[in-house]
Amino acid sequence: MQVTMTVNDVEVTREIEGRLLLVHFLRDTLGLTGTHWGCDTSNCGTCVVWLDGEPVKSCTVLAAMAGGHEVRTVEGLAKGAELDPIQEGFRQCHGLQCGFCTPGMMMTCRALLDKNPDPTDAEIREAISGQICRCTGYSTIIRSVRWASVHEAAAAEKQEEVAQA
Amino acid sequence: MTAVQEPKLTTFDDNDQKPVGYGRMLRKEDPRLLRGRGRFTDDVQLPGMLHLAILRSPFAHARIVGIDTSAAEAAPGVRAVVTGAALAEQGLAWMPTLSNDVQAVLATDKVRFQGQEVAFVVADDRYQARDALELIDVEYDVLDPVIDVRKALAPDAPLIRDDLEGKADNHCFDWETGDEEATAAVFAKADVVVETDVVYPRVHPAPMETCGAVADFDPIEGKLRLWSTTQAPHAHRTLYAIVAGLPEHKIQVIAPDIGGGFGNKVPIYPGYVCAIVASIVTGKPVKWMEDRSENLISTGFARDYIMRGEIAATRDGKILAIRTNVLADHGAFNGTAAPVKYPAGFFGVFTGSYDIEAAYCKMTAVYTNKAPGGVAYACSFRITEAVYLVERIVDTLAYELGMDPAELRLKNFIQPEQFPYETKTGWVYDSGNYEPTMRLAMDIAGYAELRKEQEEKRARGELMGIGIAFFTEAVGAGPRKNMDILGLGMADGCELRVHPTGKAVVRLSVKTQGQGHETTFAQIVAEEIGIPPADIEVVHGDTDQTPFGLGTYGSRSTPVSGAAAALVARKVRDKAQIIASAMLEVTVADLEWEKGKFQVKGDPGKSVTIQQIAMRAHGAGDLPDGIEGGLEAQICYNPSNLTYPHGAYICVVDIDPGTAQVKVRRFIAVDDCGTRINPMIIEGQVHGGLTDGVGMALMEMIAFDEDGNCLGASLMDYLIPTSLEVPDWETGYTVTPSPHHPIGAKGVGESATVGSPPAIVNAVVDALKPFGVRHADMPLTPSRVWDAMRGQATPPI
Repeated sequence: MQVTMTVNDVEVTREIEGRLLLVHFLRDTLGLTGTHWGCDTSNCGTCVVWLDGEPVKSCTVLAAMAGGHEVRTVEGLAKGAELDPIQEGFRQCHGLQCGFCTPGMMMTCRALLDKNPDPTDAEIREAISGQICRCTGYSTIIRSVRWASVHEAAAAEKQEEVAQA
Repeated sequence: MTAVQEPKLTTFDDNDQKPVGYGRMLRKEDPRLLRGRGRFTDDVQLPGMLHLAILRSPFAHARIVGIDTSAAEAAPGVRAVVTGAALAEQGLAWMPTLSNDVQAVLATDKVRFQGQEVAFVVADDRYQARDALELIDVEYDVLDPVIDVRKALAPDAPLIRDDLEGKADNHCFDWETGDEEATAAVFAKADVVVETDVVYPRVHPAPMETCGAVADFDPIEGKLRLWSTTQAPHAHRTLYAIVAGLPEHKIQVIAPDIGGGFGNKVPIYPGYVCAIVASIVTGKPVKWMEDRSENLISTGFARDYIMRGEIAATRDGKILAIRTNVLADHGAFNGTAAPVKYPAGFFGVFTGSYDIEAAYCKMTAVYTNKAPGGVAYACSFRITEAVYLVERIVDTLAYELGMDPAELRLKNFIQPEQFPYETKTGWVYDSGNYEPTMRLAMDIAGYAELRKEQEEKRARGELMGIGIAFFTEAVGAGPRKNMDILGLGMADGCELRVHPTGKAVVRLSVKTQGQGHETTFAQIVAEEIGIPPADIEVVHGDTDQTPFGLGTYGSRSTPVSGAAAALVARKVRDKAQIIASAMLEVTVADLEWEKGKFQVKGDPGKSVTIQQIAMRAHGAGDLPDGIEGGLEAQICYNPSNLTYPHGAYICVVDIDPGTAQVKVRRFIAVDDCGTRINPMIIEGQVHGGLTDGVGMALMEMIAFDEDGNCLGASLMDYLIPTSLEVPDWETGYTVTPSPHHPIGAKGVGESATVGSPPAIVNAVVDALKPFGVRHADMPLTPSRVWDAMRGQATPPI
């Protein structure tokens, strides 16, 4: 069957098998290997991408179900050379070690900040609780999200000042 | 000796541009990983690449009567179907394990555990390969399995290893250490003896990335390129050469980015061998990636020790002796990854951090119808089991004596002036200063206040527990005279090359799986040679690009390869000094080293930088007599001893008396890993290990039913801590450098995994004191805690 969707702002059309999982479509068909695969059962969250802005586990979404929708992956987070604040937060606060869960974690955390720009630690823990990191023990991930939150707030304030001036 | 509480880091020094190595520095590997540009094994896509899937046994123990592959061979996209019989024709049906046993690549005669490899399919895509597995018809004659380890040596137990000539039972090996008679004598005279049965159940490292490989055999060149999830690329290459008869110089093992290892990626798995065979057979690149269930049911598990611990002491709390008897479940094949002379790994350090008179351990290891493995999950070669045992039985002694567990430990520590300290089982602890580490942990925790709070809560019927564990680790194997893996000495090479413009490349035999080698090794070299870390490229994980060495596991990268990096840099610096003396027209003795440059003693204005020296080493003009051009060196470092990090951990738990749910409220970890290279990375290593500890203590277990079905075969069944099960970690540190390591570093990768489970279990048992509970085994799930509260604590196996 043919499927058309928007991936990281680019429209793609491909001939696929109906049973093809979105994670395999992204990784094998499109070559976007930043999204990882880790468990098959929706427990680990290494495969989290956005479907119309909502984090989903792409190992349990058929590629066909994403037809006509907008998908965003880790490759679509940075704006050119400039890292998204959530990426910079993970870098500054050692929010990653092996880096395997990181793309999924960042997609979830970015979505959290978009809805809740100043989350509490408990809200961050809740947001990432459907995902597993085997390396960091989560504290540094929480700091990373806080870093992004604080820096985005500061940047927004600065922008407002400039606009007012 | 310094004792410092780790500050909450809010400012970020940019250390990568300074000619000084140590300190917080952001990681060099992060930019690619943050952008989804990491390259993991499953990311490797080669033109014409085929996909391999493995058919696994549904039974724990069964004879293979016949295999019909005809339907699978006719399935769409299928290029090859291979069985054990086909491999046997090439002499490849069996392979050696890392413990000098053999393991079936594909079963020929019998399957010996559920999930064992029986056949493989190679097809055009991964879906087709999986489809074809369904079409392979295997006829099994099901046999009684050996699942209960306690019955493995019963006279009527079914024989598992009938492939081994003359084998009549399921005995794997016996091992002992210490002095049995002397220990018995001390026990006989002791005021107090406490005996406890302690089980460390089977757990699994379950890295987020499963195991896999891409094999690409070029028949024209006769060269095999193998991308694989390996923590030890050089050891693997040599073993492939020995096993498969391929010439070693025609094998390139590439360990690309690795999504966590924790020991799971040390062994050579049948899947890797199958991928190699498949590439040779089809003439195409072949990818094999296991799925999560395959990872959990067939790859290297950890622990599975049933231990009887006995501790003897005086009435006033002086520990005199420790004795233990261990029954070890090694699964169907002895696939333990440990130095050959250490079949029980480094379990011999079960005497812990205490100065005692005698110790003895007797161990019996057996085969069962379960997956092979045994040493994995950040265990420092079985030190997890040893530390858990000793720290648990020390707590039972404290209970018996009515003594505070912190006080009991402080009373029995090996004293700083006793180092180097030889234990009663022959391990020479290099350095240690335990009391300040313990005191710092107690200070951070507010130990006295916690005990007061506990008393108040107990009076109200609330269940709060405080658990302490103090560990001494032994990491950084070799020395090579004692330690080898299948004859390969446990040493590590390192090569440093300074380019003409003063930038450098350092090549390592070890391989990061997230530990940040690309950063810390640049820092080690920077500290020695004064080239900023940003200007030092770290190359690792490719056998064609790096010197030989044994790889990353057992916390050995910093103790062994880190020493190699420091020493190779000093070797280059020595040569640079000779060149500098010619440039400045003074003698070598007239020069002194100031980070990044050599200057004339007493005249610091006269100096040359390492970058100027590098250009001179490669440039026009003569060099001093006997000095070759270039600025590079290579060494192989053979450690003279292990290094012995230590730490004091305190855990605070609350237990809901209505549901028996354990909540880890606080966890304080004070680690002493000697010289600290990058505190940010150390903190991260500790946090990860502590989380493992919560998993093992409260959640994780690979269990089996009586037929040998694995009950932990997915992440729905094998529970790993999420952000909701762990607290915000509190860390601190002390620094007691290793006297024999060139920079005094000791390694920290597994400390927290070793030290945290006993702290958590001790806290839970402490919380259950009002119920008279003296011991309860992991995993302390609500139902198991509930049973313990009712006086019905049972071992999990």
